[in-house]
Amino acid sequence: MAEMDTSGGGGHKKGPGVKKGKKMSTRVDLTPMVDLGFLLITFFIFTTTMSQPTAMKLALPDDSAKPEEQNKAKASGALTILLGKDNHVFYYEGILQADASGTNFKSTNFKDIRDVIIHKKQTTDTSDMVVVIKPNDESTYKNVIDILDEMSINVIGRYALVDITPDEDQLIKITEQSAGQ
Amino acid sequence: MARPKIARKSTSIDMTAMCDVAFLLLSFFILTTKFKPSEAVPVNTPNSVASKIAPEKDVIMLSLNKDGKVFLSTGDGAADKANKKEIISTLNSSKNLGLSDADINALVKAPFIGVALSQLGQQARIPTEQMTGEALPGIPCKDTSNNELTDWMRAVATVYAGQKPNLLLKGDNVAKYPTFKNVLTAFRKNGFFKFQMVTNPESVPQGSDLWKKGTADAGKKTE
Repeated sequence: MAEMDTSGGGGHKKGPGVKKGKKMSTRVDLTPMVDLGFLLITFFIFTTTMSQPTAMKLALPDDSAKPEEQNKAKASGALTILLGKDNHVFYYEGILQADASGTNFKSTNFKDIRDVIIHKKQTTDTSDMVVVIKPNDESTYKNVIDILDEMSINVIGRYALVDITPDEDQLIKITEQSAGQ
Repeated sequence: MARPKIARKSTSIDMTAMCDVAFLLLSFFILTTKFKPSEAVPVNTPNSVASKIAPEKDVIMLSLNKDGKVFLSTGDGAADKANKKEIISTLNSSKNLGLSDADINALVKAPFIGVALSQLGQQARIPTEQMTGEALPGIPCKDTSNNELTDWMRAVATVYAGQKPNLLLKGDNVAKYPTFKNVLTAFRKNGFFKFQMVTNPESVPQGSDLWKKGTADAGKKTE
């Protein structure tokens, strides 16, 4: 039978066949069991994922809508944000002017774009305010999510994800090149 | 002087109580742990302030990995698996793929679909362990003329006719925007205008408008 000798080897031996069942201690050394228990606890703590992934909603505009039904953005309330490569952000207010007389095409980054949005929001009428987001082909998924997140952080009601025009793409490339030199 | 005898105490402590606590905690962690399903397509999702937890039922998940490959998967529930089978069967008949029942069942068991329609039969025959994001080419959706994702989404729309599937998009941080745009195109073409993007939670920056709104709402609730 399975028995445990906890007496530590002391005591004199009796002859074979002579059993002394009375002295057997019922205490078991639990230290290894505790060790094992805590080992498993540690394992489960480390493998548990604490945070559930969340989901952000995005509603897309219906492409099939007729052009006359689409709402036109007022130039005064429009803020266009362009996303370039390496987390570069560019923006302009209203209609793009990029001739020799001067440009309203400005460069910024993800930290400062919030101030730009807040400033725009404070200076324009809420019903006119619309943010147009134009990521170019070099921008990453993270950039797009970040900027959409920025919209919800600043509670912008109207924003749209729009394809970039070749002119704007060109302008981004030129600006990036000149910044790199 | 005779020193008082100090009783020699045993150094062994009664471990029973500690053992009880250990196993109580252990059972708690075992019961609360939900193992992360082993992801064949590793994706690092970006952070967002969205606080809604991603749904788990009626899920059609599209994963965009870092190389811009697109993979399609569904939820793990029995109903979702049945829908997945329906979707594959629909495509099989509409595109004349010639998949056998065994192939379809193998694809339903597979963690995700990551090949062109014409190669579905081949994916069905490779063992599940070898189905990884690196090994498979992804669903082709690079250009608009050959956007097979549109076909998939059409099949999804057919199967889920009348009800709304939860479209989830799980993109990697470094995935390029054009892939994302192509996925959006596939959604739009089939009349899916609402979808959700899986992100990691992030705290709302203090002082922002959303933060003010959140604190105002919390104040209302406590009142």
